[in-house]
Amino acid sequence: MKVSLPLTKDTVRELKSGQIVYLTGPVLTARDAAHQRLVASIASGEELPIDLTDQTIYYVGPCPAPDDHVIGAAGPTTAARMDKLTIPLLEKGLLGMIGKGPRSTEIAEAVRKYRCVYFIACGGAGALLARNISQVETLAYADLDSEAIKRIEINNFPVIVAIDSYGDSLFA
Amino acid sequence: MRKIDVHIVADKIKQLLLTSNTDLPQDLLILLKAAEQREESRLAKFMLEQIVSNAAIAKENQWPMCQDTGMAVIFVDIGQEVHLINGDINQAINAKVAEAYREGHFRNSVASPLERVNTANNTPAIIHYQIIEGDQVHLKVAPKGFGSENMSRLYMLNPTAGAEGVVNAIVETVKLAGGKPCPPLVVGVGVGGTVEKAALLAKRSLFRPVGSPSDDDKLAKLEKTALARINDLGIGAQGVGGITTALAVHIESFPTHIAGLPVVINIQCHAARHAEDVI
Repeated sequence: MKVSLPLTKDTVRELKSGQIVYLTGPVLTARDAAHQRLVASIASGEELPIDLTDQTIYYVGPCPAPDDHVIGAAGPTTAARMDKLTIPLLEKGLLGMIGKGPRSTEIAEAVRKYRCVYFIACGGAGALLARNISQVETLAYADLDSEAIKRIEINNFPVIVAIDSYGDSLFA
Repeated sequence: MRKIDVHIVADKIKQLLLTSNTDLPQDLLILLKAAEQREESRLAKFMLEQIVSNAAIAKENQWPMCQDTGMAVIFVDIGQEVHLINGDINQAINAKVAEAYREGHFRNSVASPLERVNTANNTPAIIHYQIIEGDQVHLKVAPKGFGSENMSRLYMLNPTAGAEGVVNAIVETVKLAGGKPCPPLVVGVGVGGTVEKAALLAKRSLFRPVGSPSDDDKLAKLEKTALARINDLGIGAQGVGGITTALAVHIESFPTHIAGLPVVINIQCHAARHAEDVI
């Protein structure tokens, strides 16, 4: 199944755990350090440097781009490390997450509650997945280098629906 | 005494880091392809196909196969007849590690532990020195990503726990890790010694050709038992369910204290990067 990004609530409802999906459109990159900053900003009532409404976050810290490419190897990182830092972002309208591996039961429950979706991409396939990324722009926390928040364009990016908006999980 | 320039040692390490991050060892590739052929789960096959083609893309383009190009773990075994000359070997190695990560377009993944400030050149490397007989320097290099390193565990078992206790610890570790460390895994195990000795044995075991059994028949049997039990868990490639959760279990052992049985399980993801050379 092919899906365009940004996601809509209608599209999310159609996605079922175990489906293979090819995603095309913009996603935001963020992993541990960026999540920590976003959640700290939310906790202190500051405005976020990015609008999370209907966005999808890809948990990735890419390699530097070789000369003739926009990005280096860019596979997913372990999503479970973001579990404790995810719900505040869902409250801000985040609709999709792309990572690897299982999530906590709290997150499976939150994915159901907020009617969003968690996809998994193939961990360790960074060279292959980078071929499906066409544009990269740093949006925030540039000092974090590979961990900065970037907007990237993904094209026919292969993922599996791991937790759907009904709370059904591939890992349960 | 044979004189060896520390810069020659450091240069070799740089080359090993560059090749190991881009070229998967053949022994591993053969097992991954076999796992892909054998797999019946649709989703696990989808993942294994990507893993296998990713390795080809990385090799062809000299790209790192994974964005987590790891901490540089380096074993330097120095013959006692060798005199290392022309400078500080630690400085020389770290300078070449930084060069390798810069030139290879590898990610800088090393940060201070509490402040989390990135050192911006992937140093310091983790360097283990050992004195061996002879007049050669043996180098082993393994860039280690932390998706899998994070899932490693230490058990201080009772001395009476025996082989069954060891296998239970291995299987429990893999089960707790689930899909997080990028299965299919290679599971390195150190049994005996002390806390740090068991950890080093586990790490070193990952340099064996993947799937080659231990020289010790009893350990080889344990490796087989542990691997069968791990694959019965059904975690599968990337945790999506499937028949191959691990490609191999490697166990190394060492005498230990009468009061204990340390076991370290060092989890290695499918990108089991390692390379070695001799000077």
